[in-house]
Amino acid sequence: MIRELGLNDIVYLLEASRWTVALALIAILAGGVLGLIVAVLRIVSFKPANWLAIGYINLIQGTPLLGQLFIFFFGLPLFGIQIGAWEAAALALSINASAFLGEIWRGSLQSVSPRQWEAGAALGLTYWQRLTSVILPQAVRISIAPTVGYLMQLVKDTSLTALIGFIELTRASQILSAATFKPLQVYGLAAIVYFVICFSLSRLSEHLEKRTHAAR
Amino acid sequence: MPLVEITDIHKSFGKVDVLKNISLTVEKGEIVSVIGRSGSGKSTLLRCINGLERVQSGRIVVDGMEVTSPATNINALRERVGMVFQSYNLFPHLTVERNVTLALKKVRRMSNDAARDIARTMVAKVGLADKLGAYPDELSGGQQQRVAIARSLAMQPTMMLFDEITSALDPELVGEVLKVLEELAREGMTMMLVTHEMNFAKNVADRVVFMHQGNVHEDGPARDTLIEPRTPELRSFLSAVLH
Repeated sequence: MIRELGLNDIVYLLEASRWTVALALIAILAGGVLGLIVAVLRIVSFKPANWLAIGYINLIQGTPLLGQLFIFFFGLPLFGIQIGAWEAAALALSINASAFLGEIWRGSLQSVSPRQWEAGAALGLTYWQRLTSVILPQAVRISIAPTVGYLMQLVKDTSLTALIGFIELTRASQILSAATFKPLQVYGLAAIVYFVICFSLSRLSEHLEKRTHAAR
Repeated sequence: MPLVEITDIHKSFGKVDVLKNISLTVEKGEIVSVIGRSGSGKSTLLRCINGLERVQSGRIVVDGMEVTSPATNINALRERVGMVFQSYNLFPHLTVERNVTLALKKVRRMSNDAARDIARTMVAKVGLADKLGAYPDELSGGQQQRVAIARSLAMQPTMMLFDEITSALDPELVGEVLKVLEELAREGMTMMLVTHEMNFAKNVADRVVFMHQGNVHEDGPARDTLIEPRTPELRSFLSAVLH
C-alpha cells in the first residue's frame, strides 16, 4: 500500500531523530568519561598503563563500528546476557567514542608545551595539579575542533544502529520510504535533520573556541 | 651553612657530559651570575638545583633539603626555590592575577581572598597593578616576564633562579626586567642567574661563575673577575660577548 508523504510523516521522522540525538549524547558522555581515562592512561609515565591504552585504542579504531554493534547485539546473548538494540547501540557507540576521543585528547594533552609542565613544577605543583590546572585547560582548547569534528562523525554513525533494528532517524526513514515509496524526499529530509544537528555542533565549536584563551 | 651546597655533581644527556664534577656553594643573600658559552652547562646547572634535571652522581643540598635524594619531596623544595625561565612560561589560559594565585591556592591552600591580596601586592611590585585582569597574550614580553617573576615571588621563596630571563626580550624591554632584579637584590634575595647581561653581572651580582665545557672554569667576585679575567677562555668569551 503506497501513500502520500504528509505532515505526520515529518513529525514521525523528527520524533525518531530524538533517538539519534539521545544515542549521540549518551555516547558523548559515557565515551567522554571513558576517553578521558584512556587519554590519561596513554600519557602517564607507567608503561603497562600506556600499553593497555594503546592496545585498546588499536583494537577499537581498527575494527568497524558495525562489527562492534553486532558483537554486542548478537554476541552478548550467546553468553546469556540479554541485551536490547538500544543498550547494544549505546554500549558500542560509547566504547567506539572512548577510543577516538581518548586519542584526540591524548594528542591535545601532548601538544601543550612541556615548558608548561615545567612552569607548574617550578611552582611546587604536584603532577596531578599540573595536569588538571595547567595542562588540561589548555588541551581542552586545542581539542575543541577535532572533538567536535569527531562528534559530527558520531552523530552520523548512529545511523548504523538501524542495522540492528534500533529505530532512530535512518531506520525511521527506511520504514517511511518503504511505506510511501518516496525515498528521495524521505532520505532528503533525514539528511537535512543530520545537517542541522551537525551544523549546530560546528557553531558550538566556534563559540567555545572564541571563549578560551590559549598560547598563540 | 651555605644555602646551596653542590658537591661533585655529574650530569650527562646520553653520551654528552654536560656537567663534569661541579662543586659550588652559594651563601644566603648572595647574588651569583653564571656565564658561559651556549652549551657550557649553565642552564642545566640551574635546573639541577630545583630538580628539573636529575644528576647522575653527586649531591645538591638547598636550604637543608637534599635535592638529589629520592626521599626528598621535590615539590616542597620547589616551593622554596623560585625559578623564572627564558620563555616566561606564563599559563596562557589564566589572567595575570590567576597566574599568580594558582600555586598559592593549590600548593599553599590559601583562600581566594588571601591569595588575591598577595597577587595584588606582587604584581604591583613589578609595576603591573593595572594588568591584573589581562591575559598573557595581551602583554608585551617584558610585562610577561615581570608577571613570571611576581608569580614566583608570591610563593615567598628562599632563593630565586633566573634562567636567561632577558634573552628572549626585545632590547628596549630588557631594562624593565633588570630593574625588578635590582630591586630584589636590594631586598637581599639570594639569586642565581644565568645571564648574558654583563653590565648587570658586573654591577649587581656579588660573584661570577664562568662555566666552560661542563666545568666551573672561573669563580670569583663579580667586578674583579669580569674586569680582569684570569683564564684565556674567560677573556675570549668576554671579548666575544662585549663586541
